[in-house]
Amino acid sequence: MSIRERMSGNEAVAHAIKQINPDVMAAFPITPSTEIPQMVSTFIANGECTTEFIPVESEHSSMSATMGACAAGARAITATSSCGLAYMWEVLYVAASDRLPIVMAVVNRALTGPININCDHSDSMGARDAGWIQIYAENNQEAYDNYIQSFRIAEHPDVRLPFMACQDGFITSHAIENIELIETDKVKAFVGDYEPENYLLNKDMPMAIGPYANSPFYMETKWNQRMAMKNAKKVILEVAKEFEKISGRSYGFFEEYRMDDAEYVIVIMGSAAGTTKDAVDALRNQGIKAGLVKIRVFRPFPGEELAEALKNSKAIAIMDRAESFSAYGGPVGSELKSALFDAGVTAKTVNYFYGLGGRDYTVETATDVYQDLIDITNGATPVQFKYIGIRK
Amino acid sequence: MAFNFKEVMNKPERFAPGHRMCAGCGAAITVRTVLRALKPEDKAVIGNATGCLEVSSFMYPYTAWEDSYMHNAFENAGATLSGIETAYYALKKKGKVTDNYKFITFGGDGGTYDIGFQSLSGAMERNHDLVYVCYDNGAYMNTGTQRSSATPMYADTTTTPVGTESNGKMQNRKDLASIIANHDIPYVAQSTLLGTMKDLYEKAEKAIYTPGAAFLNVMSPCPRGWRYDTPDIMKICKLAVDTCYWPLFEVVEGKWILNYEPKKKLPIEDFLRQQGRFKHLFKPENEHLLVQYQEEVDRRWEDLLFKCSR
Repeated sequence: MSIRERMSGNEAVAHAIKQINPDVMAAFPITPSTEIPQMVSTFIANGECTTEFIPVESEHSSMSATMGACAAGARAITATSSCGLAYMWEVLYVAASDRLPIVMAVVNRALTGPININCDHSDSMGARDAGWIQIYAENNQEAYDNYIQSFRIAEHPDVRLPFMACQDGFITSHAIENIELIETDKVKAFVGDYEPENYLLNKDMPMAIGPYANSPFYMETKWNQRMAMKNAKKVILEVAKEFEKISGRSYGFFEEYRMDDAEYVIVIMGSAAGTTKDAVDALRNQGIKAGLVKIRVFRPFPGEELAEALKNSKAIAIMDRAESFSAYGGPVGSELKSALFDAGVTAKTVNYFYGLGGRDYTVETATDVYQDLIDITNGATPVQFKYIGIRK
Repeated sequence: MAFNFKEVMNKPERFAPGHRMCAGCGAAITVRTVLRALKPEDKAVIGNATGCLEVSSFMYPYTAWEDSYMHNAFENAGATLSGIETAYYALKKKGKVTDNYKFITFGGDGGTYDIGFQSLSGAMERNHDLVYVCYDNGAYMNTGTQRSSATPMYADTTTTPVGTESNGKMQNRKDLASIIANHDIPYVAQSTLLGTMKDLYEKAEKAIYTPGAAFLNVMSPCPRGWRYDTPDIMKICKLAVDTCYWPLFEVVEGKWILNYEPKKKLPIEDFLRQQGRFKHLFKPENEHLLVQYQEEVDRRWEDLLFKCSR
């Protein structure tokens, strides 16, 4: 029987860490992810978990130490947010190229400029091309479930890529919700032991990692990473299927909410999906065919599958919680529009920005977006790249 | 164990020939000597900051390292090795690793004194059981001799070029061995390439086999950056210690120990004159700079004597 509990998203991830008991964790505090290493340190201090914790002097070092530990043959993890993730930028790429299956809990927070501790996705969206798998959670339950699945995906021999398990700063990381935990023995059996093929502390076969590889080899390295990312699609679904067996909860690349006959669709990621669902329900009660697609897996990007799910929509609002300053839309907008174009989906699309730096996103906000979609369907010109809720 | 040159030289080589370091490179000699101090039965994982050593010793698909080796980036060799060392304890505790491993990382002065300083300081303060070896050649040699905080005063580098308005680098070099000693770690030593390499070998052995963090600062001349006749490397190193420019010392559990005091302290000109990077100091109009240089060397030497006599 699963265990019914109440906890915050950070507690949920820390609890999963305790259950998995990885070999090494290196971390540096940054709001709002700080609680995760704090809680793990407390578990260690009380003998509830035997992970070796490295209290590094910066996030650049937390990623570097985690990489060293992982290359040495250990299951190694870290957690961070915002500028902490930005400070790791350089080595994120190295970790992916070295094919180190590190799992990092990312508690999404706005990047500084100006400094802001609240949620948006600018931190992990900035790292979207670093070669890491990225999965986003809507609520505490998903943060916990995604975290447990992440090891199986990252460490799979066909994948071997680092993994960001993302959740929304404060909105889920600090909000206490009901949650169903899985028994520790089941979690341990599901995650399994980490048994890498090649590692630094293999006495029978020394290993050299991190070479100088110029033009004759660099492109092949990238190709291999690309193939691994492609393989991750299959593995993510396989792992989700197995996870359903122990949890009863099913996961895919994205969640479709009241999409069967939906005409007006919001595509969104993270906690705002929950808010949007309320708006969908209210509109459905009024007979309006509203639907929602919540992207869970952003890397690898399930472009073809999303296009298939959206092909019968009349109008689609693609919601970005991060600016990319391309002056032509946000990261989710650009990628999804491109996928829709390739698939020949001709629904009208708008790409909006919302919730930057923790700006409220309410049921009313979502309802207004659906009204825009109805207007667009009725002939109004879409206003692209709107900042929702901005003061004039 | 008394130093036996023949025995030491007969130990298996752990840094294989065929790497692409320049002929006469001081860093390569440093690496070979340090690795020789490992007991043959002990395994090791070697870390390396980006630099000449890394790009010349591990060009895919070839490696010159007989032991496991990890290069991560320029500024994070200390942190990377602290992760490896921690993983070793975690896996040993679980019985997944049974052999004895030692952890040694190499970085040039760029990766150690400057861009990697924070990562090094963190690894030392946390007292991981590892040895950080700085092969100090006094500039960013891999990118073409730009100044570092290890570059000596008045050196002509490509970012402190000598010109009508410039006499080279304006600042003194950072005293990194002293800074690391103030991290209160079990073992710090300064060495260079001398004679049979006894000094460096013995310090490497102590550093490797002292539990906890250890730091070796090894002056490792670069013939291209320093502009001396390549075969003169041993002469240059000897002059560095005999002029007291590069003193040999150890800091063991906080106690400063002077390892060598020249019978006759030579003037700093004897060291500087050998090197093209100081050529401008020997123009008649720059005589006062040499006087100033000598004063600085003397000041630092006196300071070291004071620390060692406490």
